[in-house]
Amino acid sequence: MTIDPIHPGIIFILGAILLQFLKFRTLKQLLVLIIPAVAFGMLLQMPEGSYWTYDFLTYKLVLGRVDRLSMVFGYIFIIIAFLGMVYAIHIKESGQHVAALIYIGATLGVTFAGDLFTLFVFWELMAISSVFLVWYSKTDRALKAGFRYLMVHLFGGCVLLAGIIIYVSETGSTSFTQIEFNGLGPVLILVGFILNAAVPPLNAWLPDAYPEGTVTGSVIMTAFTTKSAVYVLARAFPGVELLVWLGAIMALYGIVFAIIENDIRRLLAYHIISQVGYMVCGVGIGTEMAINGATAHAFCHILYKALLFMGAGAVLYVTGRSKVTDLEGRGLYKKMPITLILYMIGAFSISGVPLFNGFISKSMIGAAAGADHRPIIEIMLHLASVGTFLSVGLKLPWGTWFGKSKGPAEQIEAKEPPFNMILAMSLTGFLCILTGCMPSLIYNILPFPVHFHPYAGYHVIGMCQLILLTGLVFYLVVNKLTPHATRSLDTDWFYRKGADLVMKFCYGISDFRTYIQGKTTKLIDGLIKLSENPGYYSRSIINKNEKKLDVFDPDFYRQPVGIGVMISLVIFSLYCIIFLSK
Amino acid sequence: MLKFLKVLFFLSIIISCILGFYFRNEHPHFIWQKIPVFDAIFGFVGCAVVIVIAKTLGHIWLQKEEDYYDD
Repeated sequence: MTIDPIHPGIIFILGAILLQFLKFRTLKQLLVLIIPAVAFGMLLQMPEGSYWTYDFLTYKLVLGRVDRLSMVFGYIFIIIAFLGMVYAIHIKESGQHVAALIYIGATLGVTFAGDLFTLFVFWELMAISSVFLVWYSKTDRALKAGFRYLMVHLFGGCVLLAGIIIYVSETGSTSFTQIEFNGLGPVLILVGFILNAAVPPLNAWLPDAYPEGTVTGSVIMTAFTTKSAVYVLARAFPGVELLVWLGAIMALYGIVFAIIENDIRRLLAYHIISQVGYMVCGVGIGTEMAINGATAHAFCHILYKALLFMGAGAVLYVTGRSKVTDLEGRGLYKKMPITLILYMIGAFSISGVPLFNGFISKSMIGAAAGADHRPIIEIMLHLASVGTFLSVGLKLPWGTWFGKSKGPAEQIEAKEPPFNMILAMSLTGFLCILTGCMPSLIYNILPFPVHFHPYAGYHVIGMCQLILLTGLVFYLVVNKLTPHATRSLDTDWFYRKGADLVMKFCYGISDFRTYIQGKTTKLIDGLIKLSENPGYYSRSIINKNEKKLDVFDPDFYRQPVGIGVMISLVIFSLYCIIFLSK
Repeated sequence: MLKFLKVLFFLSIIISCILGFYFRNEHPHFIWQKIPVFDAIFGFVGCAVVIVIAKTLGHIWLQKEEDYYDD
């Protein structure tokens, strides 16, 4: 008997609602692990094709468009959801789990969306639910960073919606397939997509918000937003030349910022940008091999980046510190050796060391650039590999676990993190090595047939040379590389300083208004005073010693009747003279 | 121990460079892929260049004091 599959995203969202009604903590813990398991079961039941269609106005909403491309992302999203939940299971607040589950559900909604409206709804839900993973840090910085994150994403959502409306009204089609990159609609859709992929200059939300998220929330966040953006780009804009260059620039952009970064989670966040650059570049190249490479790299990246964030998060969880300048020279390697080893598995993976999974996916994109005769792109991506190992594989672990303190280093209390964190890291690390040693596990589920053999002798040797010589440079200049307690300017400068400027302008306008109001009030007060007793003021001009009455008294100011008679007689006489002299 | 690791490190650099002469790329896309120790040279020079660029940019422009945005 087979059961009709339920949308895995809906399972996550329903699970999040159910979680609210459970009383006992053990049940809650069980539920957050069961949800991904059930969703994975459903995923395996889902045949290829389009289903779960609903009529909405004159359009058709397609919640289930299942093909090889969406399935790869479906698999890895649910796998990392499970691992992320294991890592976070000690958390007592179920609110964090609820936010994470809805966020994951929304991402799966995006992954299987067959039309642009469904895509948009889940797209926005992702932004709104994920921001709580930042806010749950409950610090002032996190609150502000969360608001910036939300505003940037809502802006991106608006751009995407505008693009979708223009595109749909021009073509009459709402189906989410390859979009011809031509005209305003597609351009706006692309901008909406690349904002979520953190392509510079629309990247600053990522290194701003991710390091402020909760220890466990950030692990979840690293997997979904940028990679779902890679998925939609691969779906809609494969082969767009602009993406090739944006991707390659992005790969190096992240490297430069990571080298000068002090906060370990922000350093890793910059390496998300760098690694997503490979994928965006692969999507831009657009050949079968490049799309395969981008997809495979997204798969591997989700695993090792989650592992790296778990390692950095474990250090933060145990020590309460996340800056290299606060950690170096404290001998953490003696206190957290298991965390260090598991972190290094992630570091070797991201650097593309043979037998680790970055090696089998990253090289595919480089090879695709080569096969497409793009020497500059190939060199740029190659250079990004060097920088990756330098920052993630050497500088960060050296500064965090070893290093020499610049000032007097007080000892810090530290031990290995809770068992569930270690378990989640071990499982993720195991998958990094497993997929690295057996690439066919990933290659077999890629969208196109794979004709690529990463373990060619020259390639393995070349990669070893690259890694070793990068290590040599690090060895020579290690003292120059230790970061300083600074923060780096990124493109968020424009809206953070810009917002300051706007606020200053608004305060200026407001001050001006208050000034005018004050003056007007004074004028009106004067007029009121005058109108209370005009007689006094007119007479006081002539007679300085005029007695002041509070209110006008007609009897007091009444003139003798003779003056009036005199005036009328004078006027009458004048009139007579004029009249008679005619 | 530390000394042993150092020796191992330099030894593996030498070995990897020597092996580069035996394992050649049979189907190179670009001319530099024919050079046996290209990746070693690229790793060394590339790494140095990246550090210099990043540090210089950071020093003259990007790095500000920690409370730059006063939050």
